[in-house]
This record gives sequence, structure tokens and C-alpha cells, in this order.
Amino acid sequence: MTIPKGFLKFVGKRAVLLLISLVIAIYISILLANFGGLIDEMVKADLLMSITMNVRNNPAYQGLTASERQRIIDSMYQAALEARGLNTPFLVRSLYHLKNALTMDLGTALYLTSDSGSKQVRLIILERLPQTVMLFTTVTVINFFLNLLGGLFIARKYGSKIDKAIAALAPTSVIPGWVYGIFLILIFYTWLHVLPPGGLVDYPPPKDPFLYFLSVLKHMILPMLSWIIAGLFLGLYSNRTFFLIFSTEDYVEVARAKGLPPRQVDMGYVMRPTLPSIITGLSLAVIGSWGGAIITETVFDWPGLGRLLAAALSYPDPPVIVGEVAIYAWLLTLTVLTLDVIYAFLDPRVKVWGG
Amino acid sequence: MGWLKTGSSKPSAGLKGVLREVLSYKSAIAGIVILLFLIGLSVYTMVTIPLPEAIQAWRSSEAWSRNPRNAQPEWIELFYGRRLPRTIKVSLGETKASEVLREDGTLSVSWVIHFNYDYDDFPSEIIVFFNSSYVEKPVVEIYWIRPDGDEILLKKHSLRRPDDRLYLSNDLGLELKLERLFESKIGKKPNFTVTVEKGLFSEYSQDPRVLKGVYGMRLEATLSKNDVLNAELVVYGTVHGLAGTDHLRRPLIIGLLWGAPIAMSFGLTTALLTTSLGLIIGTISGWYGGKIDSVIQRIVEINAVLPFLPILILLTTFYRIDLFIILLSVVVLSIFSLGIKGTRILVMQIKSYPYIEAAQAYGASNMRLILFYVIPKILPPVVPGMISSVPGFVFLEAGLSYLGLGDPFLPTWGKIISDAQTNGAFYKGMYYWVLEPAFMLILTAIAFALIGMALERIVNPKLKEL
Repeated sequence: MTIPKGFLKFVGKRAVLLLISLVIAIYISILLANFGGLIDEMVKADLLMSITMNVRNNPAYQGLTASERQRIIDSMYQAALEARGLNTPFLVRSLYHLKNALTMDLGTALYLTSDSGSKQVRLIILERLPQTVMLFTTVTVINFFLNLLGGLFIARKYGSKIDKAIAALAPTSVIPGWVYGIFLILIFYTWLHVLPPGGLVDYPPPKDPFLYFLSVLKHMILPMLSWIIAGLFLGLYSNRTFFLIFSTEDYVEVARAKGLPPRQVDMGYVMRPTLPSIITGLSLAVIGSWGGAIITETVFDWPGLGRLLAAALSYPDPPVIVGEVAIYAWLLTLTVLTLDVIYAFLDPRVKVWGG
Repeated sequence: MGWLKTGSSKPSAGLKGVLREVLSYKSAIAGIVILLFLIGLSVYTMVTIPLPEAIQAWRSSEAWSRNPRNAQPEWIELFYGRRLPRTIKVSLGETKASEVLREDGTLSVSWVIHFNYDYDDFPSEIIVFFNSSYVEKPVVEIYWIRPDGDEILLKKHSLRRPDDRLYLSNDLGLELKLERLFESKIGKKPNFTVTVEKGLFSEYSQDPRVLKGVYGMRLEATLSKNDVLNAELVVYGTVHGLAGTDHLRRPLIIGLLWGAPIAMSFGLTTALLTTSLGLIIGTISGWYGGKIDSVIQRIVEINAVLPFLPILILLTTFYRIDLFIILLSVVVLSIFSLGIKGTRILVMQIKSYPYIEAAQAYGASNMRLILFYVIPKILPPVVPGMISSVPGFVFLEAGLSYLGLGDPFLPTWGKIISDAQTNGAFYKGMYYWVLEPAFMLILTAIAFALIGMALERIVNPKLKEL
């Protein structure tokens, strides 16, 4: 099978457009995270201050006159600026940051460190990523299939009591997960004393790996539950409505009239044409979950990427902020491009490359 | 002006129709009732507690010194089935003092004040506030008179400053004295730790039991001729007002009340601006096409790649955090959302409709076509979306406040929840502190959600059938 030339051209054009968006987005985040160069000034002031203090307190320089001392301070300050690249103007530096962020060379953090003591942004992020994926990606996938299969089930029971109950409960999903999280903590921690209010593991952490795993699992219950509840009713309701709309299509009626079993009708005739949008939804949700959730992680004191970002934002620590945003933006862009390509290739209705 | 007539009369008839239809949904009626209640509450709040006063009161600690710390709301009694203590304030000023003029020209003064205590629980704290002016620091002797007639010397105290305070609850010496008193009265160690509150208000028994009746406090002082001494005894309760108090003794009701207009105005304004500006941008993109369209589409894509909350936080801290800047930042980040792609496609379809062509034929300008011909056509499906987006913005503001990134001056619901969590409400079981603001948030969100969903069904007939 040969790949049509028009298709390659389409993919190339799409890739270029998405990459331009990516570059601009990351550059905006660099400008914002550095407060348009303000952070550089703060770092410079800190440097000058600490060098001045060092020289003043150093007994070796005590005998020198004020102007000689000032000269030493100046030369040390210049050297420090050069070592950090701070002697070039911010605009130039921002382009340098951009190149680094685009090539995933994330550099070192200003203030934050990883638990192992490293200032490497890459290591800091990698240390937090597993916790976030473990919690939020899991719950995103669970939510997705729960709502999908539940929605299909309820669509089949159209008009029943459960169907009406779900429709009536759908407005509860405007309440975000973190608010449910607060309620769950009140119930299961404050009132019943059965589950921990937050954190990753018990303190002190169990030595045995299996017990450690169980302890982490125990700490995951409430945050996961809060997101499941938050997404449940609206998720069920909108999936149900989605399937109902699709199940009134003529070809589904025909399949039913042929006497196909309901299961086969659901899977082969209702679900199948909706598959592209379902896959899009799932992949975007999974990518979104990798950013963690700032508020939910704060409520549950969960050491993931969201909390890291919150900490980086409050310092502020631009390399960490830019690092997280860059990873997120890259993942999202690649996913969107991949989906575009797959659909353009598979769906005969999307004849984007002409012909 | 023919177009104006049809243009203006039709939507109003439609509006009436829509209203009638909305009222046919029970859920929408519930939503409207809640919304009216919240609007009423907001108006009442803004009239009775003007914002500058509310902010000042919320930020000052001195104003609330006579309020109990972390007190539950008064109605909580219904769940306990006991009468919980209110705060009792008795001032010396009202009672007549007995005065004896000594030979050296000083006055020996004594006051007795009484108050009735018939609650089923012990008070939370006892403080004596002094308010005096003197030449030489007077020494005050304070006696406690129990309903059973016993009199206890609480403290011999030399005033440290004119507005001195005597924190009786923290007085370890007094605690020890009361413990010994209990031991001698019942012949053995009591089963409970004799705190100052329990020691002063309990029967002499093995277990703490509130002794109800009329209590008294006698103050004796030696003053010079022109000295003035006044004191106020405050026996702090464990409940306060409609909403209780927080760790800084502030009545939560102020924060809860003011949270309503703040949350509602933030949610509504943001929803309105976001939806209408998004609509206009989407329409321009679809109407003009070409370069304008592709620039707008690129902006949408850039915006989609940026994570919303972190960029929002960066934008707000970049300037300064206040509610208006947060609102503007949210609007800026939301108007180029993926949602405008839908508007754009709709407009592209409408553009080829005959009535547009007809209008173009008689020379209507683009501006006029967009404002009077295209937007009215695509408005109906947008309105429910706008109403439904309000809760999201309300919770966004609450979330930012919860993170400590909201407006630093305004009392908001998110801030109360955050205060509660950081001050151990979960750990100490102070449910009211968390549940009250959470309840208000949910009430507001549900009201808009109910109305929005009903509207969605009305304008989207496909949903109505289902």
C-alpha cells in the first residue's frame, strides 16, 4: 500500500501548524513564568546581596579599603552573572529558554529540590510523575469506562426509574471533585475515622513493600472516589443521551428489525460509529490527567505534579513551571497530531487531502 | 425600519414563550427559587453590611474579642438536645459599688455582679477585661460566688496596663487551686481534669456536672481618689449566632453572607463576558474566513495547549491578585476556547442562507449583518450554555481562594474552607466550619445548573424527546 502524496502533505501542514502553536504557547508560558524578566532581576539582587555579605564577612578581605573591596565584589558579581548567563538581556535569554524547553532540556530549579536533593527540573518532575499518573490517570480511565458502559446500560433502560434518577442527579456533577473530596474527608476521616485525610503513605512508611503498597492504596481511596462521584452522573447522563441519539439512526433500526441481539446492536451499530469521538475523549482526558490537579492534590496533600506546580507558582520557580507546562504542551500536541493523522487515514468521510 | 420591528418583537415573544416553558420544569422552578433567594440574600447583605465595613471587620481581630473562639452555630443544639452556653457579658459599670474612705485618703471599693447560668455545658473560656485610668497601678482581688454560696478567691491581680485582660482560663495556679478544692470537697481525686471552666461551673462531684443557678463575681480594689475602674466579665459560650465563629473569633455569618454577592457576581459576569465575547469572536472567524479566521484558529490552538489553571494563576500573580484581575484573566483565557469552533461552523452555514444574501443585496454592512442577522440566529443555543457555565466559574473562584490565590481582602466561601482546613477543622471535627461555606457554594451551583439544564432541553429539541 502506498501512502498518497496528498496525505503526506496534509500531515506535514498540520504538523507545522501545531508546532508553531506549540512554540508560541511555550514562549508565552516562559514570559509569564519569568514575569517578563522580573525573576532575573530578583535572582541578580539575591546574588549581589550574598556576594557582598560574603566579602564583608570574609576575614581575608578585612584589611582592604572600601573601594578595593567594592572592586572585588564587582568582579565576583560579574563572574557569577556570566556563570549563570544573567549578563545577557532577558529577551535573548528567553529565546535560549525556549530552545531548551522545546528540546526538553529542562535545566535546574531556582528553589525547589527533589526529595533526593537534586535541583534538576527533570528529576524533580520525574519524581512526582508516578504519583500523579497512579492516581489521576487511573481514575480518569476508571471514570471513562464506568460512564461509557453505564451510559450504554442506561440507554437501554430508557424511560425507567434508574434512567430518570440519573437525569435528575446529573446537575450534581457541576460540583468539582475537590469539593466532594472535602465531604469525603469529613465523612471517612473526621466522623468515621476509617480512612486517612490525605498524604501518600502512613507515617512511618511500612518497610514491607506489600504493606507499603496497601498503605498507598488506602490513601488513594478518597481522592479517587471524589473524582468518580464528581464525574459519575453527568458522565452517565451525557453518554446515555449520546447513545440514544445514535440509536435512533436508520441503520440501527434496521439492525434491530433484523432481529440481532441487543448486545450486538449496541456494540456493532451504536458504539462503532461513535468510536472516533470516544477515543478522542479518552486520549485527551488521559493527557489532561498527567498534569495532575492542583486543587485536589492540595486538598488531599497528595505529592504529585499538581502540588509541585502549586509550590513552583508560589515561589515562583520559573524553570519548574516552564518544565511542567512544556511537557504538558508537548504531550498534548503529539496526541492531537496523532489523532488527526489516524482519523484522516481511517475515516473515509474525512477526505482532507483531496482527490 | 421593517427589520427592527420583526427583529425586536420576535425575541420578546420568544422570551415569554421560553419563560413559560422553563416554568413547566419542576427542576427549573427549584433553580429559580434558589436563585431568587440568593439574590435576595446578596441584596440584603450589600445593604446591611457595606463592603468596606465587611472587609474591615473581617480583617480586624480586635472587633471580635468578645466572641468565643471556634464556636458552633446556635442551631446545632437541635442535634445535641442540650442547651449549649451562649456568651455572657457582665459589666461592673451597672452595679453600685460599696465605697469605704480610708484614713490615708484611698478608697476601698467593692463591686458584686451576678449572672444566671442555666446551660447544659461548660463555657469555653473566661476573660476579665479591665478598662481603667489610675495614677498608681491598683491591686484587684476577684472572688467567685457559686450558686451554692461558696466563695473562691480567683486571683489577686495588679493591673499591668489600663486595658489589662485577665485570661482566667490560662491561669495554671487557679487550676491547681480548683483541683485541690475539688479533692477536699469530694474526698478523693475527681475523674476529670479540673480545668478552670469546669472547676468554676461544676458541682462538687466525681464527674463534671454543670451547677446551674445564679453566679456572682466580687471585685475588690483599693483606688486613689480620681481613679476609675471598670471591668467586664466575659464567660464565652460554645455556640454563637447563626453560623458560629472561626479561629479568630470572627462570626462566619459575615463571610457566608458576603460570599453570596461575590460568588454570584463573579460567576455571572465571567459567564456573560466569556460567552458573549466567545460568540463574537467565533462569528467573526466564521464570517470573514481567510486570514482573520486562520489567525483566530491559531490562537485557539495555542490556548488549548496551555494548561488553564497554572496560566491563570501566573496571569493573576503577574499583576496583582484581586477579584477584577482574576475575572479578566479568566475571560481572556476562556474566550479563545475550543467552544468557538462550533460557533464558527454554524456561522459558515448561516452565511449562505438566502436572507443574508438578500440583506447583502440591499447593502447592509458586515457589522450590521453580524449583529442583527447572524448573532440573533445563533444566540438561542448559547444562552443555556452560558447559564450552565456559571457554576464552573463560581467553583473556580472558590478553588483559587482555597489555594490562597484569591482576592486577599474579600471574605469568600473558598477562603473560609481553606481557613477551616488549615486550622484543623477536619481533625477537631468542626463540621460547621466546612459545611456552611460548602453548602452555600453547592446551593449557588445547583441553582444555575438546574436552570441551565432546563433551558438546554428547551432549545435543543432532540434532548427534549429523550
